This record gives sequence, structure tokens and C-alpha cells, in this order.
Amino acid sequence: MKLVYADNNATTQIDSIVLDEMLPFLKEYYGNPSSMYGLAEKSGTKIKEARQRVAALINASEDEIIFTSCGTESNNTAVHAALEKQPEKKHIITTRVEHPAIKSLCERLARNGYRVTFVPVDKKGNLDTQLLFKSITKDTAIVSVMWANNETGVLFPVQEIAEDVRKKGIVFHTDAVQAVGKIPVDVKSAGVDMLTLSGHKIHAPKGVAALYVRKGLPFASYLIGGHQERGRRGGTENVASIVALGKACQLAGSRLEVMNTKIRAMRDRLENELLEKIPNSAINGNRENRVPSTTNVGFNSIEGEAILLMLDQLGICASSGSACTSGSLEPSHVLRAMNVPFTSAHGSVRFSFSTYNEEKEVDYIVEKLPPIIARLRELSPFWKQ
Amino acid sequence: MWEYTDKVKEHFLNPRNVGVIEDADGVGEVGSLACGDALTLYFKLDDQGRIKDAKFQTFGCASAIASSSALTEMIKGLTLEEAQKITNDDIAKFLGGLPKEKMHCSVMGFDALKHAVANYRGEKVKEKEGTIVCECFDVTDLEITRAVKENNLKAIEDVTNYTKAGGGCSKCHGKIQELIDEAWHHKKPKVKSNKKLTNVQKIKLIEETLEKVIRPSLKRDHGNIELVDVDGDLVSVKLHGSCAFCSKSPITLKNFVESKLKEYVSHDILVEEVKE
Ligand SMILES: Cc1ncc(COP(=O)(O)O)c(C=O)c1O
Repeated sequence: MKLVYADNNATTQIDSIVLDEMLPFLKEYYGNPSSMYGLAEKSGTKIKEARQRVAALINASEDEIIFTSCGTESNNTAVHAALEKQPEKKHIITTRVEHPAIKSLCERLARNGYRVTFVPVDKKGNLDTQLLFKSITKDTAIVSVMWANNETGVLFPVQEIAEDVRKKGIVFHTDAVQAVGKIPVDVKSAGVDMLTLSGHKIHAPKGVAALYVRKGLPFASYLIGGHQERGRRGGTENVASIVALGKACQLAGSRLEVMNTKIRAMRDRLENELLEKIPNSAINGNRENRVPSTTNVGFNSIEGEAILLMLDQLGICASSGSACTSGSLEPSHVLRAMNVPFTSAHGSVRFSFSTYNEEKEVDYIVEKLPPIIARLRELSPFWKQ
Repeated sequence: MWEYTDKVKEHFLNPRNVGVIEDADGVGEVGSLACGDALTLYFKLDDQGRIKDAKFQTFGCASAIASSSALTEMIKGLTLEEAQKITNDDIAKFLGGLPKEKMHCSVMGFDALKHAVANYRGEKVKEKEGTIVCECFDVTDLEITRAVKENNLKAIEDVTNYTKAGGGCSKCHGKIQELIDEAWHHKKPKVKSNKKLTNVQKIKLIEETLEKVIRPSLKRDHGNIELVDVDGDLVSVKLHGSCAFCSKSPITLKNFVESKLKEYVSHDILVEEVKE
């Protein structure tokens, strides 16, 4: 069995079509798009095409897309812009389960004089939107809520939140890194002001991403420098990667249907078979409202890192919200925010698929995982049959 | 990805001595589910008082399992006295080393053995001696000081890696830093006094405490503290440099400065921060 890669929420392989599209810009077309000769023009033209492709995937227009170096930069930029443009406002609303690219940033801001409301979630990972709405004050500069959670795949009602938030004249940003390419994302119908997407989650390379900024929204750049990105993001364009991101967005759009049918069915089958074969296991997150490709399963009385290493021995790549995988000592902030009991929070494993995954890989996981769990439980002093 | 040695991997994938000894002479249990790791250690002695058999059950990551397996291998054939000389560092060495983030896994083996021996001797393991410093993981000052000295630790992060202390809410970082300082003989002022102080004495004592206890900790974060005013028991201070923004700012003030002044000056001290 070759490698079973089921960790696509961490990163994805580069699609070979994407690679073919980008390679010329690492080889013969190395011109700086700002330069005044034919060699450079080719780069400029391809960047424009990439911008159109990214815009098309999320129903934005070309000039609303800013290319950045990663999802983290897009998130930082969005929050920074909102604060910079409304210096009198000192309140930020976000959630308890954001990716560190928002969470750690907001924690830093909280130490630097901002007030931050981290809206809680319930046991299934659903956001307490009523509490979010109640937290809004005249002092609120920005509300940033992720579209899909990276650990559980749970979706937040972005459209409903955006509508209320923007009615009150407050900037709304969504970190859609885990939503784009997995479900239809439409910035117009969702009514968001800013949206983050990242290339390496959708088969483009690492180190390229985009920030959607709604036309007319006051904006301040985060990386200050040259006139690139119409003065909104300094730094010579990462041409090849931007070209790749454009192509990846185009492919992602064409694969949404497969995601929602074949991949969803595979994920559901994996879950059902694991739950059936492994006693004392449970799904973390609202099964009714998730991206189609992600599952997070908790196994009582054992620890995630041990599971992952045993899976790795068999060529299966997955990830875990376990403390011991991260160097910190507590289970993930997401599982803790959901009040997943310690008995299973430490033993939670995330499998995340892409359109590359196949049915037989599900079979393989379903065959290999139960004995691993049984073996580790045999070792555990907490496992009582 | 952790960089585990082949020996760690081998002991993780094929742990020795897994299980329960029903008629064990000694049983030691440490850790908990909440902590993320736990170990139950069993041993059986022969007529000479040597460990004839040892078994374990571990809940935890690969290095926790490997450390437990290593420990059971290491103690077989030893007397209890000999076995108790094994340190967490010996366990790590047996395994060809552990990533430093995982050293606390080997500490767990050491603790479990101590508990098992106490259990055999019919002693109750003394309730933890010393005072709890890290409330998240229940780690005392004595345990921290021991880890600092045995493993030559110099930074809070190292203490967390070895003992878990400070790995949760980070409220105790000030106290851990102090223990590190003490262990390496940075002097501590001997000013403790609960006598009624005159105002002049009080201010002097506050300044002395700031200078000798509080500033050294803050300076490590490139911060500083300035005494602005003392009004009865209300002490106003200003934070300078990166400290005013640093991660510990709210904690430094409330939990650290105040607790130190309460300890060294008077129980009634309250601290407030004055902004520029
Ligand atoms: C929800 C979410 N936001 C942001 C990021 C960060 O993206 P990047 O790795 O491109 O900085 C990730 C990826 O790890 C993510 O899952």
C-alpha cells in the first residue's frame, strides 16, 4: 500500500496540472512583473489571469483580490486594516476556536490595549451566535469568524453573522482557509467584507494566499513597500505561486461537486465504520453541519500522538488535537472550547480528505485503525473493558 | 514530527513488560487523564529483595510508553535501594535521549517508582511536600527545584518540558523564574517580616523587594518597574519597556508583583498600575 494521505486540512499535495502551470515562471519567465520588457509582461499577464481565477471561485471581482504570502498574513492584514482605519475603536470579536493565525493575533492585541471577545461554542462546536450579536458595541472595530474549523470541519453561519454585523456598520472578516475548495464560497451572497483563502490547502504550493477585500472597504496595507497589488501589499510578486494559486482555484471550483458527493460519502463511511468497529469512540463536532471532507474522532483512554505514530508505521498520515503532538501539554483549544471530556480529547484523531483520496484508502484505514486502538488501550491504565 | 531515537521508537512499538502483576509487592500510580499522561507501575520482589518482575500500564504519548518500558527493563534485578537511584536522566539515556519537550515523560517513571516503593513499605507517599506552584499540573516548588538542579535547567520553558509546570495558564511563570534564580544562588533578600512597619520602613521594604525580587524577573523580559506612590497599602507602579506589552503584563502585576509584596512586605498590599 502506498502512502494514505488523510491530512489534507494540514496541507495538500500540489496538483500536477498546477505544477505544470507554475513551472515556466520558475524557469524561463523570471521577469519582475513591474519591469518594462516583454519578459516581464508575460508574468504580469499571468498574474492578472490568476487574479481573475481566484475572484471567480469566490464570486468576487478581480480588483478585490490581494495576493499574500500565506493565510496567516491574510488574516493579520485583515484585522490590522480594520483597526488602522478605525483607530478610535478598541474592541474585537472573534471565536474561541479560531486558527492561531487569528487567535494568537487577538491575544496579542488583548495585551496591547484592545478588548477581545472570544465567543464560545457548544459541545458540538456550534457557535453561540446570539452571544456574538450581544457582544457587539459601538466600540467594535471588526468581527472575525472562521467559515470552517480546521480541526473539526464544523461550519459557522457566516452569512447570518455577516448580515447582522454589517447592518450595524461593523467590518466582518472570515477566515475561509478550510472552506474554500470544500464548499461553495460566494463573497457576495455571504456578504462578507474580507475573506482569507490559502493556496496550500487546495493543491497549490505553500506560501501563497489571497485576501478578498470588498470594493469600497477602507483598507490599509500590512506589508508596507512598493506599489505591488495596487499599493495594498508591498513585495515583488511570487509569480509562480500566484499563477499556481489561480490554477488551483479554477480546479477547486470544478471539483466542488465531487467533494460534496464522493468525498462526503467516503468520509461518512469512514466515520460510521470506525464508530461501529471501535467501542467508546465518538465524533467531535456537529455531524450535520461540516465540510464534507473532515472527521475528528475521539477514542477514550488513549493518547493521540501514540495513535499517529502507529498509523505512520502503516503509511497512514493523519493528525491529532492531542497535546503531545504540539509540545504544549493540553489538548487543542478547539476541543477544550467544545468541552470534549479529557477521556477522549487526548485521543482524538483528525482524518481529512481531498479529491485525491480513494475508497480503498478508507478500507485500509478501517482495517488498520481498530487494532491500533485496541493495542494502545491494552497499554492504558484507564481502559476498563 | 518528533525526533525520536530508534530505541524510543522500538520501545514504543514493542513495549516490554506491559500489564498488571496481580500479586504485586508494590504498585505506584502517577499522572491522570487530565494531565495527558499517567503510569501505573507494578513490581514483584524475589527472596533476596531484588526486583524479580516489573510491569506497567501507561496512558500517554510514544515517549511516555517508551520511558515506562525502559524503566521496567532497567529496574529488573535491582534492589529497591538501587532502583531508586535511577533518575529521569538515566531513563532518557537508556533510550538514547528524548526530545526536551518530552523529558517530563521520563520524570513520570521516576515518580511512579517512588510511589511503588512507598506502597511496598506501607508508607503513604507523603502528600506532596512543598507548596504547589503550578496549579494546572499540580507541581510543587520542591519538584521544580529538584528538576532545575538535576537537569541544569535555566529557563522556564525547560522547566515546563521537564515537569509540565507552567504549561497551562502560565500564571506561575514568575514563581518558576524565582525558583530557577534561587537554585542558581541569585540572592534572595532576607527581609521577611510581619511586624508593624512605619511608613518609611514600608516604603524602604517595598523598594528593596522591587529591586531584589521583582526587577530581576522583569528584566529578563527587558522590562522594568518604577515605584510611583505608596498610599497606605496601595502601591502604584509603572511598567516600562517591553514589559508593559509583554505577555505577562496582567499577570506580572496582579499575581506576581502583588504576591511578592504581600510576601515580603505586608499581607494587605494592593498593587495598581499607572499608565503613562
Ligand atoms: C483555518 C486556518 N486559517 C489559517 C491557516 C493558515 O494558513 P497558512 O498556513 O497559509 O498561513 C490555516 C492553515 O493552517 C487554517 O487551517
